[in-house]
Amino acid sequence: MTAGSAAPEGRPPGTPPAAAPGELPRRTPPALDARGLGKRYGRRWALADCTLTIPAGHVVGLVGPNGAGKTTLLNLATGMLEPTTGTVEVLGGAPASGADQLAKVGYVAQDTPVYAGLTVAEHLRLGAELNPGWDDELARGRIERLGLDQKLKAAKLSGGQRAQLALTLAIAKRPELLILDEPIARLDPLARREFLQLLMEATAEQELTVLMSSHLIADLERTCDYLIVLVAGRVVLAGQVDDLLASHHLLTGPRRDPATLPADQQVITASHVGRQSSLLVRTDKPVHDPAWTVANVDIEDLVLAYLSRAASA
Amino acid sequence: MIWLTWRQFRAQAITAAAALAVLAIVLLVTGIGLAHAYNDAGLPGCHGGGCAGAASLFIDEAKANIYHLVFYAGVFLVYAAPALIGVFWGAPLITREIEAGTFRLAWNQSVTRRRWLAVKLGLIGLAAIATSGLLSLMVGWWSSPIYAAAQQAAGSNSLSISRLDPPMFGAQGIVPMGYAAFAFALGVTLGALIRRTVPAMAATLAVFAGVQLAWADVIRQHLIAPVRSLTPLNVSAINELSITSNQTMTVVAAAKVKSTAWVLSNQTLTSAGKPFTGPPTNACISGTTQQCNAWLASKHLQQLVSYQPASRFWEFQWYETAIFLAVGLALAALCSWLIRSKRIA
Repeated sequence: MTAGSAAPEGRPPGTPPAAAPGELPRRTPPALDARGLGKRYGRRWALADCTLTIPAGHVVGLVGPNGAGKTTLLNLATGMLEPTTGTVEVLGGAPASGADQLAKVGYVAQDTPVYAGLTVAEHLRLGAELNPGWDDELARGRIERLGLDQKLKAAKLSGGQRAQLALTLAIAKRPELLILDEPIARLDPLARREFLQLLMEATAEQELTVLMSSHLIADLERTCDYLIVLVAGRVVLAGQVDDLLASHHLLTGPRRDPATLPADQQVITASHVGRQSSLLVRTDKPVHDPAWTVANVDIEDLVLAYLSRAASA
Repeated sequence: MIWLTWRQFRAQAITAAAALAVLAIVLLVTGIGLAHAYNDAGLPGCHGGGCAGAASLFIDEAKANIYHLVFYAGVFLVYAAPALIGVFWGAPLITREIEAGTFRLAWNQSVTRRRWLAVKLGLIGLAAIATSGLLSLMVGWWSSPIYAAAQQAAGSNSLSISRLDPPMFGAQGIVPMGYAAFAFALGVTLGALIRRTVPAMAATLAVFAGVQLAWADVIRQHLIAPVRSLTPLNVSAINELSITSNQTMTVVAAAKVKSTAWVLSNQTLTSAGKPFTGPPTNACISGTTQQCNAWLASKHLQQLVSYQPASRFWEFQWYETAIFLAVGLALAALCSWLIRSKRIA
């Protein structure tokens, strides 16, 4: 895994892509397999040279600042956009290539669109009419538990309720991959917790891969076991959370030039205060140098380190 | 998909049905009166010269009555319906999904975009055709005594209502169904291109009106080669004569065709077959009409009339309906391509 540096806007991709994480190939096709994927709007690359394999069976967090290309990547994965360069396969098929492919992917778009003029019950009917795999019991059960009045028009629902309705529609079609674009960004903390709870229940009950974007790291920390960090249209970090946490260390000790570190230790960020150095390094081997105090990192440290590195590159 | 289409189209369908019902009542009430007046004039089954006077009288009476207003209102509505269908059913079909972001919901169910569009275009397109067809049928029934009387009054020359004349032709028979299909597909396609509701509605109205006008004025007459009749000019039938200061002169005689024909051009030619432009002689500048006519007769002028006989009415109707339906289908295919090529998101 080499993290590509952030390209300035408007420049075509030149640096090698971020390599796929070291996952063993499985019999089931990966949830998402992107090769050199790029999308350009005019002269601006919203997503550049993205090579990424997301194995099935994870809850994947897609993190990045606003405008990093998260929505573009998700729209490419759902076939709402056509790539400018490269290819993307979802569950082994081209996005939105047919009814079967559509049935395998559930998508809750940004701002969780629902039909303002249709009631909650009519949305469930819509789901039942348009999806052969529709699980009506599941859908009604969720709506009941949420306490939503089925006769209420969607226009009268709160933001949180609309998001729950949209999530219910996406879950009850029984997809193999559920894609959520900033589903909780506009929810209040209570609705946010309820939403994530419902999502976690769904992933526990069904064989479901979830790909969820957010610019709030705290939300992902609790729910995701796989992390992708996207900055300025490029993937700078991707991997299982456990692996990422195990391979990143925070080293503190006497001031030292990062260039003198062993070759297997890749410095992500370095800060020097007085006679002390503080380095975040990535390595698959244990750190034995007694000069260092070695500390573990949490997801937030990790994401922020990669974001600040990309910003200063 | 059929359910969703109906659910989203329900309000518009009910509005259209209510409008048709109100119109049906108005047409029925006034139409029965008109049919009675036609019967009372002794016109049903009447042929020959004796009827012309009675038919003219009937039409004059209708003109002085509320029927005059209803007749033109009916013509207007048959023309307006396809435009309204294109603007209010066609244009918003895709744009309102884009503006509300709901296309991301609709197109991520287990139904391909192509099928989503096919069902919507098919069902609402049929509703559009049915609405316009029904309207044309109702208005056609109402105005049938007037067209019949116009035919019977032919020859008296007191009026001419040709069923083929541009303002009337498009408001009768089956062509309004072709217009409706075309206008609807046009609205949807412009919506897919423009992606915003109000501009798409305005563009639909502008393009549809432009096509209608250009079609009626320029294109329709070429669908079937017109009949050309070349006859010696009857100088006693001249009803237009002008002499200009630069020594040119034009004369036009009444066309010797049935008053129900659609006359496209009426020219006076010299004996050599060139358009007659003078120069005028003193007999026509300062002489009497008889002297001028005698001079014109001596020139052996000819009259070339190009026209479409009224008997071609249904031929024109079928051609035109088929063309508009075909263009509508082509637009539907274009629209399907537009949303499949992922330009929308």
